Amino acid sequence: MDELPIQTGDDVVRIRQHVRNAAAASGLSLVDQTKLVTAASELARNTLIHGGGGVVRVEVVKSAVGRNGVRLHFADEGPGIPDVDLALTDGWTSGSGLGLGLSGSRRLVDEFELKSEPGLGTNVVVVKWSR
Amino acid sequence: MEQVPILKIGQTLFVSIQIDLQDESVLRLQEDLAEELAATSARGVIIDITAVEIVDSFIGRMLAMIGQISRLFDAETVIVGMRPAVAITLTELGLSLSGVRTALNAEKGLAILNGRA
Repeated sequence: MDELPIQTGDDVVRIRQHVRNAAAASGLSLVDQTKLVTAASELARNTLIHGGGGVVRVEVVKSAVGRNGVRLHFADEGPGIPDVDLALTDGWTSGSGLGLGLSGSRRLVDEFELKSEPGLGTNVVVVKWSR
Repeated sequence: MEQVPILKIGQTLFVSIQIDLQDESVLRLQEDLAEELAATSARGVIIDITAVEIVDSFIGRMLAMIGQISRLFDAETVIVGMRPAVAITLTELGLSLSGVRTALNAEKGLAILNGRA
């Protein structure tokens, strides 16, 4: 498992490249690699902008039925998300974006778990499995 | 931060994105293009994203905005060379890039711009 910092825009670019390599190594198709890297880019930006920076843990995993996958865990200790359901709604935005970051990245991965509490930061774990 | 170069050929501005875009680079490109459009009175912009591996919601929004900004300078923007995996991902993400023209490659993009004259 690798842990990468998310403190600058350059870090977001590095995370994309790292996730791309992990996705290719675990046998994801080109389309699935692209979906996972895109989701990683959205979530890393959220961690940077809304969470005030944090880390991502990148792990190549194996499912119970033997499928390979990549698991990403984004963690920050920022202000947290007051209403998680609202934040996952298409088009809802806290800033100037389109409101597709969270809801869109959920569609791009196979598993998506978001835990957040005001004052305690935000944790997002996503998994993409090879087919 | 890396800068994306802008080439002017005739009445058209050409941009070929060859780097892994970070947010600041896209914002910079948007500003540089607006400056160039104002300074050169170009009638069209072609943005080649053949080498771009992902377009997320921020980059997509910026590309759409470049299209809208260029219209304010009486110019049209055509995005060319989108990879199939990027097109599939953008659609699933929920981004339609409405308001910006797309073409398969630079040659077809240029044909769209020239047809406009």
